[in-house]
Amino acid sequence: MQMATFFGEVLSVYSRAVEEDEEDDHENEEDQQIRSEIDEKRKVHVEWCSEVKNELATSAENALHCSDLVVAVGPNAAGFLSAYILSSVSWSPVGSMSIWNERNPGSGAMLQSESSCVFYRQKDSPSVLICQCTCYIAEDQLLQWAESVFACIEKRGLNVTVLSDCSLAEFKTTESMSSTTPFLRALKTSLYRSQISCPLLEQPNIVTGLAAAVLSYCQVHQIPAVLYQCYSDLITPDSVTMETYKPAFLNLSRLIKLDANPNVDVLQKLIRISDAQSNMYT
Amino acid sequence: MFIATESIPSSFRGFTLIMPAISVGNVGQLATDLIISTLGMPRVGYIYTDCLIPMAGNNPYPTCADDAAELSTNAEVYCLPGVKLAVLQIRAPFVQRKSKKFRKLIVSWIKSTGFDRTVVLSSSHAYQRDDQQLLGTPLRYLLSPVLEQEAGTQLNSLEWKAMERVSAFPGISDSEKRLYIPGGGITKGLYTDGCSEGIKMAVLLIFCSEGDNIPDAFALVNYLNDWLHLVDKPSQMSTQWRVPGSWKLLFGSGIPPAIF
Repeated sequence: MQMATFFGEVLSVYSRAVEEDEEDDHENEEDQQIRSEIDEKRKVHVEWCSEVKNELATSAENALHCSDLVVAVGPNAAGFLSAYILSSVSWSPVGSMSIWNERNPGSGAMLQSESSCVFYRQKDSPSVLICQCTCYIAEDQLLQWAESVFACIEKRGLNVTVLSDCSLAEFKTTESMSSTTPFLRALKTSLYRSQISCPLLEQPNIVTGLAAAVLSYCQVHQIPAVLYQCYSDLITPDSVTMETYKPAFLNLSRLIKLDANPNVDVLQKLIRISDAQSNMYT
Repeated sequence: MFIATESIPSSFRGFTLIMPAISVGNVGQLATDLIISTLGMPRVGYIYTDCLIPMAGNNPYPTCADDAAELSTNAEVYCLPGVKLAVLQIRAPFVQRKSKKFRKLIVSWIKSTGFDRTVVLSSSHAYQRDDQQLLGTPLRYLLSPVLEQEAGTQLNSLEWKAMERVSAFPGISDSEKRLYIPGGGITKGLYTDGCSEGIKMAVLLIFCSEGDNIPDAFALVNYLNDWLHLVDKPSQMSTQWRVPGSWKLLFGSGIPPAIF
């Protein structure tokens, strides 16, 4: 079922009950034109900096050679990367994706600092690419995201690590997990052979969203990939949850320098965003 | 669309394909789970498409610790070459406005792959039944014209009930009759496409309501088994279907003790 207006607002309403196909054939030409304009706006693609554009243009396969791609999905995952890794001066932004959908209407031209997904690389070690993704990516954009990113990266020799936030409410178990929260669970593709730093995700739990899109892409295209999903009972970013991601980087430690202690200024900025601006007590 | 796991994919020419339609109660998908789990069917490929919402998890049909860690995606194909059977399982809803595209992709895949016949497992809203349909069995079937010639007699001898056509305008008895499968998702579209493309297609469906649909899944899979004999049915006893590990906690985690 779908509640839609053709003025840029599409609300999806889900229920388990399934309606028969809603044929779009009764749409008139004007509706179809509006729909195709909206579809065009929703398209997802990466904007690389000029240095990377040159690299892509000069490489034989039009793709970057990377040994590792790290994708952080959600505020805690992205916050962990910001506070423990990216605060070092050697990392600089090299690309971005601005994602337009019903929850991210945004303005037309987005500055890199406002972009929803940002790619980082180190100058002296360009084989590792990090991506922070903190915005909502709609269901029709998820696979597009994976395909646009992987189209720019050579798949041979690539390893992928995904960090993803999830609410504890989504974790199904017969045991009480409140004392162990936040905690990590992992999923890996068939070709991933390295050690995993936490238990595998138990049945009947599943993963959805961008993490699932990236992992599915890697499984189908035979790329070794691992996902570390962090379950937390807080709805706002916090330093304890961010720190929980540390074990996920054991295998990457020779390539990515993890600061022993998080950058305090960065942490404070990330956590303060979720503070109430004012209430009747302050 | 279909991406094989092996570098030399097996041929499906002449095979029977069983697939679910995403429909009320997810009964088709539950029934498909029972088939894959009971027959221990290995995965042979993925349906890679932007029409389904991405999802991933560990192997839903683990038999031991070793295979429990196999990653599973939103649409996969399983196969038992010995009995010429292939099963497609779909684990996620359609992306909005992409169900028609998916239907066309599936029909095209069925034709190009050369499946001998396709069986679609589905369900329909129980509350939409008319007075006649309220009586007797909730199970129904449909056969495309090509398959009707081949299997129609066999299903008649099983005393199966064909899905009734309903009046386009209920209450007006001489109005045109049409096929109506409310809550069946792409079932009607798939069946109509199957008929027009000359595909041997059967639809097996059950009238049900949302809720605990496991009994409906068992009813549907036993119905299918009466025809295709996938699993031995000892006389006087019900067929033993193996419930997969992924069916645990279908209605959420247990009650947290901390609330008491």
